Amino acid sequence: MTALHLTHFTATSCLGQGLAATRAALGQARSGLAPCDFETVDLNTYIGAVAGIDDIVLPHELQRFDCRNNRLAHMALMHDGFEAAVRSAIARFGPRRIGVFLGTSTSGILTTEIAYRHLDPVNGALPPGFDYKGTHNSFSVVDYVGQLFGLAGPAVALCTACSSSAKVFATAQRMIGAGQIDAAIVGGVDSLCLTTLYGFHSLQLTSPEPCRPFDVARDGLSISEAAAFALVERAPTDPDPGAILLLGAGESSDAYHMSSPHPDGVGARNAMSAALTDAGLAPGDVDYINLHGTGTPSNDSAESRAVLALFGEATPCSSTKGATGHALGAAGALEAVICALALESGLMPGGLNVRQRDPQLGLNYLTQNRHAPLRRVLSNSFGFGGANCALLFGRAA
Amino acid sequence: MSTLTGCIQGIGMLGPGIADWQAARALLASEQPYVAAPTVLPPPAVLPPAERRRAGRVIRLALAVGAEALGASADARLLPTVFTSSGGDGDNCHELCVSLASGDRQISPTRFHNSVHNAAAGYWSIAYDCTRASTSLCAGDASFGAGLVEALSQLACGAPAVLLLAYDANYPQPLYAMRPIPDAFGVALLLVAPASAPDLPRLQVALSDAPAAPMEQAAFESMRASIPAARSLPLLERLAQRRAGTVILDYLDTARLAVEVQP
Repeated sequence: MTALHLTHFTATSCLGQGLAATRAALGQARSGLAPCDFETVDLNTYIGAVAGIDDIVLPHELQRFDCRNNRLAHMALMHDGFEAAVRSAIARFGPRRIGVFLGTSTSGILTTEIAYRHLDPVNGALPPGFDYKGTHNSFSVVDYVGQLFGLAGPAVALCTACSSSAKVFATAQRMIGAGQIDAAIVGGVDSLCLTTLYGFHSLQLTSPEPCRPFDVARDGLSISEAAAFALVERAPTDPDPGAILLLGAGESSDAYHMSSPHPDGVGARNAMSAALTDAGLAPGDVDYINLHGTGTPSNDSAESRAVLALFGEATPCSSTKGATGHALGAAGALEAVICALALESGLMPGGLNVRQRDPQLGLNYLTQNRHAPLRRVLSNSFGFGGANCALLFGRAA
Repeated sequence: MSTLTGCIQGIGMLGPGIADWQAARALLASEQPYVAAPTVLPPPAVLPPAERRRAGRVIRLALAVGAEALGASADARLLPTVFTSSGGDGDNCHELCVSLASGDRQISPTRFHNSVHNAAAGYWSIAYDCTRASTSLCAGDASFGAGLVEALSQLACGAPAVLLLAYDANYPQPLYAMRPIPDAFGVALLLVAPASAPDLPRLQVALSDAPAAPMEQAAFESMRASIPAARSLPLLERLAQRRAGTVILDYLDTARLAVEVQP
């Protein structure tokens, strides 16, 4: 399939705003997780919150989009020259030839959750000023980004839970490959809300500690928020040395259970295998795997089996969720950016918070940062409903 | 966007006063008079018992139209799917918001996993043991058009067939007042690559600046204007009437879709 060139990218998470802060945190093996003090949440867990969202002011003419999720999107877009890069792409291709494909799981639902505390005591109506389309609807962040830049091409939100913003790369690859558009803004934006915190708690999947992916005593995930974006175009046949490329994407469904992965990771394996096939590569061509690695007992076990079956024990791999938490619908794009940074710098981030590696899992799981030249890296994302996606990124020689 | 092409092997439809595509075809071709009635959602017999109990209205809606489009011949295990909906399960969303605004925030695990936008896709994959790629989209009012573009792009990139399922259901109050979708409406199209199906109805889709044309029958125009998935109606009308020509479907604020139909 068509290779894409990630001409620009940026990420904002609990590690900080923009690439420099993200790079620094990964280089220092620093986690952004902290005890949960979000809103009125009374759960014993850790979260990865982005500082300063409350201070973001959206442009006057886009005020109807004002909510935590769109503020986070706006904050992230203002870093690493991303805004200027989009405007330059518009000048080259025109507003109709640029797509916007963003993943989110909960959009601006926090606004609705809070509004339900303030229903009219007489008629039960939502409070005045509540804007469903601007905040609650899953398309809100796509609409916001499109209007911020004045884009007029195909635009859609991908909502496959925790694989949402990995799948956006596959969508862009198809739309660009089929000649429908010349470039796309892809990414993911998900922000803290009560639905996911109390929801994952109801499934007994939130850890009372900072999450410990691949630890023998791992006991759940740490929910976080993030926004990550990439501007992608068709890769030239002879890309500049160092260019970051999407070489392949693979998607699959578990067809097993709504909220538990297949114990043998069959769907995960199918997605990784499809990404390799799409890129025309073999497992031995992959230098590092950024695992989905949520820190739940079942995910890490199923994912290990899938990776072992396809790659064996040698390939270095790690989960960066001990640093970033699980940004749900933004995790795929955030980890795509982390993979791009790994390719640029040769840094394979060690998985944090591991006291004792789970001997059952059998992977070459890194717990310390490791440096080596990287040519190709794989990123895994798996979501509720059994929606899996694996992305293969490479650095042009 | 340039032109995207696909052929239609199967259609499923369900809406207010419309039991299935068979019934819709007669209504849209004006062979039968339309009689307004609430949408009747059939029980999801295809699901295992545990999942059947947990399936809300949008899931039943999506499964019903998908099954009809599939027909007797297509093998669902081998079909990639594109699910698209403007809002997902409004009843479930409402119940979660009520719980989270109450003194007791304990929510049920089933409510939580049903809250994901791709819940219908998850249930579909379990029902049909389908391990192929599936995506779940939302483009607000443009969700049908976005799904059609995605499904046809998959054909353009080599998929032999794709099942598109577009569906919307009404929210309860108080969200209903903010998002007044009157009733449940769903449509599914089993789309196949043109090269493999020269005799089937064929679509060519491109972006357009022309205004969307209203439906002639007032009841259908009311559905088209108020339910995002019903923005497909002008296309379905052409197919029902087996009439060649171009219809303009409402899509994004910035563009419509021109769909050339060769029945």
